[in-house]
Amino acid sequence: MHILVILKMVPDVVEELEIAPDGKALNTDYLRMILSESDDHALEQALLLKERHGGNVTVVAFDAPEVDDTLFAALAKGASRAVKIVGAEPGMTTSGAGRLLARILVQEPALLPAGLVLAGVQAIDDLDALVAPLLAHQLAMPYLGIVTRVALDPSGETASVLKEYPGGVRGEFEVRLPAVLGIQGAEKPPRYVPVAKVRAAMKSQKIDTVQAPALTGGDLRLVEVLGMNKPQLTGHAEMLEGSPAEVSSRLCEILAGRGVF
Amino acid sequence: MGTSQVTLESLLQFPEGKEILTCLQCGTCSGTCPYGDVMEFPPRRMVAMLRAGMLDQVFASDSLLACVACYACMAKCPRGIRLTEVLLPLLKEQTLAHLSEVPAELQKALQSTLRYGNPMGEPSRKRAAWVKTASVPIRILAEDPRPVDVLWFVECYTSFHPRCQDNSRATALLFHKLGIDFAILGNEEKCVGECARLTGEPGLFETLVDYNMAVFQKYRFKRVVTSCPHAYSALKNLYSSIGFHWELEHTTPFLARHLVRLKPLLVRKLGYIVTYHDSCCLGRQNDVYDAPRALLQAIPGVRLAEMVHNRVNSICCGGGGGGMWLDTYYKAKGYERLSERRAKEAAATGADVLAVSCPFEVSRFEDAFKVLGYDKRMVVRDVTELLAEAMEA
Repeated sequence: MHILVILKMVPDVVEELEIAPDGKALNTDYLRMILSESDDHALEQALLLKERHGGNVTVVAFDAPEVDDTLFAALAKGASRAVKIVGAEPGMTTSGAGRLLARILVQEPALLPAGLVLAGVQAIDDLDALVAPLLAHQLAMPYLGIVTRVALDPSGETASVLKEYPGGVRGEFEVRLPAVLGIQGAEKPPRYVPVAKVRAAMKSQKIDTVQAPALTGGDLRLVEVLGMNKPQLTGHAEMLEGSPAEVSSRLCEILAGRGVF
Repeated sequence: MGTSQVTLESLLQFPEGKEILTCLQCGTCSGTCPYGDVMEFPPRRMVAMLRAGMLDQVFASDSLLACVACYACMAKCPRGIRLTEVLLPLLKEQTLAHLSEVPAELQKALQSTLRYGNPMGEPSRKRAAWVKTASVPIRILAEDPRPVDVLWFVECYTSFHPRCQDNSRATALLFHKLGIDFAILGNEEKCVGECARLTGEPGLFETLVDYNMAVFQKYRFKRVVTSCPHAYSALKNLYSSIGFHWELEHTTPFLARHLVRLKPLLVRKLGYIVTYHDSCCLGRQNDVYDAPRALLQAIPGVRLAEMVHNRVNSICCGGGGGGMWLDTYYKAKGYERLSERRAKEAAATGADVLAVSCPFEVSRFEDAFKVLGYDKRMVVRDVTELLAEAMEA
C-alpha cells in the first residue's frame, strides 16, 4: 500500500520564542523550526504499517526552515520519497492549506492513489486540528482523528482504527480506504535514526520540489493576526512568614476575607 | 565502517578489528567489567563469538547497552586490545541500529545533542546564561574576540546543570585569582561528543567534530582547558587526528601546574576527610591520577582517604558511554546502579567529602547518597569547588 504522510514544521519551543518588532509574528531571527510532534507519530505509524504490510511511504511538507533535515531524516527512517512544496503564500489559513494540499496531491504525479493519508492530528501553532479533515473533504475521503492505532485488513480495502475520547474512553472504527487519518500517537514512540544514516540519505537521496499552484478564491487570508503577546504576569504567590501561630492567623484572615468561611 | 553491513570479513580488514584474533580468551575483561555479571555476552564471550562469525547474535543482544565505556577491560587486557576505544563502539553502533526501540532517555539525549548541542535538551541560546551568576568577569569570545591564552571549554553539564554550575563558578574564580587570561565560547560551544561516539553514534560525533573544529578555527588562543574529562579525552585522542593542534589540559592538571601560586591563596582550613573518585576518562584512559590528589592535599586541613578501588582499579560512576541516560533502563533490568556501588565504597572510608573531577559525577553520586541514606553524613564536591571554598577568608 502507498501511504502519504503530511509533515509540518512548527516553532521549536525549547529555544525561547521572541515576538517580532511589528508585534504580529514570531521573531524569525532566533526562531528554529522542528517537526510537529504528532506528525512525527504519523510518520512512525506509516513506517510500522509499511514494515508490516509492504508498500511505500511518501512524505510531503511545505517549505520551512530546517525542513530538508526533517525530510532526509524521514528518508533515512524508511520513507521512499520526500516532496517539498515551495512558493506557498506565507500565513495561509487552515482551509487554504487544506485546499492547497489537496490540489498538489491530485496534480503531482505518483502521490495519489494512496491507501492512507496520515497527518498529525494537531500542531502547536494553531491547535485547530482542521487541515487533515479539510484535506479529506477536498479529496472526498473519510476522515478519523485522534487516532492511536491503525490495523490494515489483509484485503487492503478497510482499516480498523482506534480513536481516543476524553476520560479514557476509546472507540474502534472500521474505515473504508482510501482514508485520511489524524494521528495522535503511533503504536510506539517515533524511532531513532542514527545521524550517519541521515548523512548517507543526504548524499544518496533527493527531495522532490513542487511549486505551489496559485489558488483562486478569497479564503486564503480570511484571518488576520492583530497582535501576539507573551503571557502577562497577572499575579503572584504570597509567601506567609512568621511563627506557626502568626502564619495560621494570617491564613484565617485571608480565607475569611475571600468568603471561604 | 559506518552503518553498512558488518561481517567478520569486513571487521578483519581493519587493524582494530584484526586485534580480536590476538585475544587469549583469558576473561580478564569480563571479570573487570562492572556490568560483566549482568551482560548476556560479556566482552570475552563477545570476542569469541565475533571470531566464530556469530555477529548477528552479538548485534541482536542488548549486552552492549550495559557498557559504560569505563576503559577497565581495555586497561587490563594483556594483549592491549582497544576494546573501549574501538571495538565496543563499533559493535555498539550495530546494537543501536538493531534495537527495536532505543531507550527513551537515551534517544532524547542523542537527539538533543544533535539539535541543541547538549544532551539535556536545554536551549542552545542559554548555554552561557550561568556566566551571570559567576562572582568574576568571564569573557565570551563572540563578544570580545581578541586573542586569549586559555580557551576554557566549559561543556554541557557544567553549563546547564544547576549543581554542576558550582564547578564552573569555582573554576572561573580560580582562573581569575590566578590571573589567567581566559575566555569561553559561550553559546557557540557545543558538546564535544565523546559520549555520542561511545554510545555507538559515530555520525553524531562526526557532526559535532565538524562544528566544533570550525568554531575553534574562528579564534586565536594558545591552549584549551576543559572542565570535562570526556571532552578532554575526545579532544586529546580523537580531535587531534583531524587537526586539533592546540595545547590541551583538564582543569585539574592545569591548576596543579599553578600550585605554587595557588597554594598561598588557600587560606581557609577546611578540616575534611576527603576520598577522591578517579574519573574513568581522566584516570584509566589518560593516566591523570596525581594532579587532583595534589590539589586536594594542598588544601589546609584536608586529609585524603583512598577507597578500596582507586586509580586504575577505580569503579565507574556508571555515566559513561551513554550510561548517563540509561539509569531507567538499567533499573528496569534490575542492574545495580554503579554510582551506588561506588558510593558504598566512599562511605566505607569514613570520609566527609567525596571529591570528583567529572561533571557527570556530582549528580550521580549525590543521587546515590540520597538513595543509600548517606546524604546527611557525606557530601559530593568537585575538586575545584573545594579549592574555591578554601579561598574564602
